[in-house]
Amino acid sequence: MNLPSNQTAFHENAEKIAAQIPDGSLLGLPPDYSMPAMAVVHALIRRRAKGLRLLGVPVLGLSADLLIGAGCVAEVESSAVSLGEAGLAPRFTEAVEKKLIKIKDATCPAIHSGLQATEKGVPFMPLRGVIGSDLVALRSDWRVSENPFGAKYGEQDPILLVSAIQPDVALFHARWADEAGNVWIGRRKELATIAHASRRCFVTYEELRPGDMLADELLAPGVLSSVYVSGVARAERGAWPLSVAGLYGVDDAQMRRYANAARTREGFQGYLNEFPS
Amino acid sequence: MSSRVAGPYCAEELLACAIARLATDAGHIAVGAASPIPATAAYLLKAKNPRLRVSLLHKREANPFSEGSRELFDLAGQGRIDVFFLGGAQIDGEANINLVQAEGKRFPGSFGSAFMYPVIPRTILFREEHSRRVLVPKVEFISARGNPVALLTGKALFSWQKDRRRFRLESVHPGQTESGIRALTGFDYDVAPGCAETQAPSTDELDLIRTRVKPEIAANYPEFAARIWP
Repeated sequence: MNLPSNQTAFHENAEKIAAQIPDGSLLGLPPDYSMPAMAVVHALIRRRAKGLRLLGVPVLGLSADLLIGAGCVAEVESSAVSLGEAGLAPRFTEAVEKKLIKIKDATCPAIHSGLQATEKGVPFMPLRGVIGSDLVALRSDWRVSENPFGAKYGEQDPILLVSAIQPDVALFHARWADEAGNVWIGRRKELATIAHASRRCFVTYEELRPGDMLADELLAPGVLSSVYVSGVARAERGAWPLSVAGLYGVDDAQMRRYANAARTREGFQGYLNEFPS
Repeated sequence: MSSRVAGPYCAEELLACAIARLATDAGHIAVGAASPIPATAAYLLKAKNPRLRVSLLHKREANPFSEGSRELFDLAGQGRIDVFFLGGAQIDGEANINLVQAEGKRFPGSFGSAFMYPVIPRTILFREEHSRRVLVPKVEFISARGNPVALLTGKALFSWQKDRRRFRLESVHPGQTESGIRALTGFDYDVAPGCAETQAPSTDELDLIRTRVKPEIAANYPEFAARIWP
C-alpha cells in the first residue's frame, strides 16, 4: 500500500497541517468527546477547503457542523451528527434536508469494524446485529452473508460483512507529542483506530514532551506510535470549545452560543467571523 | 408542562422507578448518552444491589471505558451487557425505531442502535413524549429492529409480545386513562386483562433516589438534577 512509516514532520502550526489535507480527502474525525483538532478545522475553513468527505468515528458534532456550514464538505459518513447536550447540529441538519451534501448513514460498530479491517489488512469484518435495519439496503459496501462456520449455530446464521474503510487522512488533537513524533491519546483508543487505518495522520497537541514517551512504562499504553503519525503541530487549547480530559472541560456556554447562532446561515457566518483569519 | 404529578413525587421519579422494575434481575446495565431517567433507574437498582454493574457511557469522571468508543459494542457483542435503553424519533407497533428522518426532518442518526437492539438481551424502549407523532403505525425508516422488554413513555407502559409482535398496554401512569392512551397512540396494541395504574414509587425508593442516587445523577446530568431536585 506504500504507506509512510518513517518520520513524523513537525509543522509550525495548525495552518500548515490544513495545507497538507487536499480537497476531496476522506477525513477520519473523532466525536466531540474525543478531541477533534478544532484549530485545524478552523484552518481548513480559512483555506476554503472543498469537497471533503467526513468519516465520523463513530459519530460527529461541532467539527463536522462547522465544516459543513462553511461549504467544505461534499459527503458525510457517520452513525450520527449532533451537538449532544446542545441539541441538533443545525448546519448538518439543513444541509441534509436541502440535499446539499450526501449522507452515508451508518451504525457505530460498523464504522469501528470497517477501520479494524484496514488495521488488519483484511477486506472486511463480520458484525453481529444490524440485519433488519434499513441501513443495510442503503449501503453497497455492506453485505449480508451466511456464516461459513454456521453449523455450530444451526442451519442458518446470516451475518453482516462490512467493507474495510481507509480514510485518506486521520485528524485529531492530543495532550502531548514528544520529540520522537509519538503522540499521547490516553484512553481515547478510537483515535488509534483511525490513525492505524488511515493513509496519513495529522495531530495537533497541547504540549511537547522531551524524549520518547515509549520509554516510559506508565505513558506508553496511551501512546500512538510515530509509525502512524505523518505530522504534528502545536495548538494550545487546540480542542476548544471541546475538552481535553484532565486538562480542560467542554466550554458549555460556547457550545450553546454556537448552537443558537448556527440556526441560521447568517448567524453561522457571524459566529465564524469572530475567529481571526 | 410541569414535571409534577399528583402525590409527593415527580414524573421523572415515577418513570425511573418503572424502568427499575423492568430491570431488577440485571447484572450489567449500560446507559447511553443523554439518558438521565434511565441512569436514575440504574443507580436506584445499584443502591439496592451493590453487585450490579452500571456503565454510564458519558460519565464525566471515572468513565468505565478505557478501550475507546468501540468497547461498549464489543461488550454487548459478547453478551456482557444485559440491559440497554433506546428511544426514537418514531417508534412503531412492531417495535421498530427510527432515528434518521421523519416528515422531511433529519435527525442525528442511528448511533449504535442497529447493532445494540438485536444484540442486547433486554432492550428497554423509552421515550417521554407519547403522541401520534412519535408512536406511529409504521416508521419511515427502520434504524433498528429487535425484541424489546417493554416500551415506557411519559404516559404509559407497554410490554412486548414477541410471539405476536405486538405491544400490550400494561399500565397507564397516574392521571392517564386507557381511552386517552388509545387516542394518543398511532399504532394498534392489545390491553392486558389487569391493566391498571402504573405503580407509584415507594417511600423507600424515593428515599434512595433522593439520597444515594441524586449525587451520581447530579455529577453527570447537572441541569436535569437541578430541575428535578431543586
